Amino acid sequence: MDTAIFFIQVLNSVQYGLLLFLVASGLTLIFGIMGIINLAHGSFYMIGAYLAFSLTGLIGDFWLALAAGVVVAVLIGLALEWLVIRFLYDRDHLYQVLLTYGLILIFEECRSLLWGDDVHGVPVPPALDFSIPLTENLSYQVFRVAMSAICLAIAAGMYWLIQKTRLGMMIRAGSVNREMVQSLGINIGLLYRVVFALGVALAAFAGMLGSPVSSVFPGMGNQVLIVSFVVVVIGGIGSVKGALVAALAIGFADTFGKVLLPQIAGMVVYLLMAAILLWRPQGIFGKA
Amino acid sequence: MNDSKALASRRRFLKTAAGGAAAAAGVLHAPFIIAQPAKIKVGLMLPYTGTYAALGTAITNAFKLYIAEKGGKLAGRELEYVVLDDESDPAKGVDNASRIVNRDKVDVLVGTVHSGVQAGMVKVSRESGVLSIIPNAGFGAATGALCAPNIFRTSFSNWQTIHALGKVMMEKGHKTCAWITHKYAAGQEMFEGFKEGYEKVGGRIVKDLWLPFPNVEFQALLTEIAAAKPSATACFFAGGGAVKFVKDYDAAGLKKNIPLYGNGFLTDGTLQAQGASAQGILTTLHYADSLNVPKDREFRLNYAKAYKLQPDVYAVQGYDAAQLLDIGLKAVKGDMKNTKGMIKAMEGVTIDSPRGKWKMSKAHNPIQDSYLRQVVGEQNKFVGVAWKALEDPARGCKMG
Repeated sequence: MDTAIFFIQVLNSVQYGLLLFLVASGLTLIFGIMGIINLAHGSFYMIGAYLAFSLTGLIGDFWLALAAGVVVAVLIGLALEWLVIRFLYDRDHLYQVLLTYGLILIFEECRSLLWGDDVHGVPVPPALDFSIPLTENLSYQVFRVAMSAICLAIAAGMYWLIQKTRLGMMIRAGSVNREMVQSLGINIGLLYRVVFALGVALAAFAGMLGSPVSSVFPGMGNQVLIVSFVVVVIGGIGSVKGALVAALAIGFADTFGKVLLPQIAGMVVYLLMAAILLWRPQGIFGKA
Repeated sequence: MNDSKALASRRRFLKTAAGGAAAAAGVLHAPFIIAQPAKIKVGLMLPYTGTYAALGTAITNAFKLYIAEKGGKLAGRELEYVVLDDESDPAKGVDNASRIVNRDKVDVLVGTVHSGVQAGMVKVSRESGVLSIIPNAGFGAATGALCAPNIFRTSFSNWQTIHALGKVMMEKGHKTCAWITHKYAAGQEMFEGFKEGYEKVGGRIVKDLWLPFPNVEFQALLTEIAAAKPSATACFFAGGGAVKFVKDYDAAGLKKNIPLYGNGFLTDGTLQAQGASAQGILTTLHYADSLNVPKDREFRLNYAKAYKLQPDVYAVQGYDAAQLLDIGLKAVKGDMKNTKGMIKAMEGVTIDSPRGKWKMSKAHNPIQDSYLRQVVGEQNKFVGVAWKALEDPARGCKMG
């Protein structure tokens, strides 16, 4: 592998890792702070992609569609939390798995009824639909660079929200001691509803942002779900910083695994997970 | 859902059986009423949900279209359907197939799309001896090492869809190429079919790349293709994977200097989603748009009229499955119990298909033309015949 190709592969790794972070960050919020195992997270990613497909067609502009899609996703998140999720906080994980698995089936059926089973594409926004040549026959799509930049911005925004704002302080406190926060006069029910909606919006946003390069197809959420859980577990449950590091690590493992170890490419990510969990069972940034 | 469908069909069956008994009782009193022969039970085991739902529906539509064209009867006998959704789930393949064969007692088993499910169905077909027609799955062994007198295929073998591609690429001056596909059984069969054809005419595969199924993160491997600098790329992808691969290949700027080739699944039913990135791609398959075949024009018109949809290659294969059954039944005058007679009539038969005439091989797989097609707008336009009367080598088949 010569140097130019090596650096392009590094670029590929970072870009894939950042998109993974975007999907997994919502999962780690819901899982780590609310303690809910949300198997339907992949479905929110899928809903995001299909929203991008429909709204881009309707509105005509990808970025406006993105904004509208986030609003829809937040509304879906708020409604779901109120309808079903809030009954799960005091139940054990088995109930959560059952209910959120049920949600996967419901969302898949709704997707089939609303959009059918065909594969769809979302056009790349025209302003970013050009490529930078890297070697004589390989170039890099500018939209992919923009995606990475947006993912970084979201990561920074989340850090600021959780570490520096009053809402973030309440979220952190709520994850440690729900009753205590409540007795201090903070509406914990509302707080959790907001966190859940934020998690759903992040997953849907990832689906929307990725839709021009991923295309839109049935079952796309399931592929994302498993790798998102790997990110959350490696990074340490509930740690946004951990999710970022883990997502980048998986980006590298997946990319270089395919290139250097094609025979076991499908396993590399899971081998990495096993190795990290042997070293730190609570994840890289997890609290013991 | 399967259960309720099967239950409903059983209820229907009981009703007709009761009706038959009543009619038989009636005969005693009214000697002029002639008893109707029992209906032929056709088992349709196809995917009606999931990724391949559209394929299962197209096959079913076209099968029923042929029956409707014949006035709802084959060889004077009416048909009834036992419909089962196989969900393209290989884990349930054997169970579903034995349920429809042993419990519902179908006379003929039609299915399916997914090769993994087909492997289970072939097992049941071989054990039970029920007459079986495969309207899609390209699983090589079904008409190869696992071939059987009662198993017929009206579609293709995986090998057959891509074998002609090497010759086409060589004619275009591509002496070296890279190969890329998903790492699973069908991908492996496609690779072997392509490699054999390409190397026979002197081509050299400089790099073969494999992606874990169903991973669609192609960037790393696209970079590898750029680094290997082949003259062209050959691939096998279908459905969602095909859409993303074609778009990523184009966005990476590879298409300009290293043209992309594949078998027809790369661009069939996916062109709307692929948009501009698919334009000009050359593929091989046994069906194409704007074929100059009168039967095709008639078929397309009738299908569009009946279902308000354009037919595709899967519909053609379903239509031919019904044609094949008709030929078998005619030969035995509707006597479904005479399986031997039916098989004899179906062997070596020539089917007048919308894809053009094809002949049944000794291993019970179509001997058919492989067409070269090019993407123009949202059509896979017929360019020429890539390989006349291409026959699957049917390795390991002891029949015939």
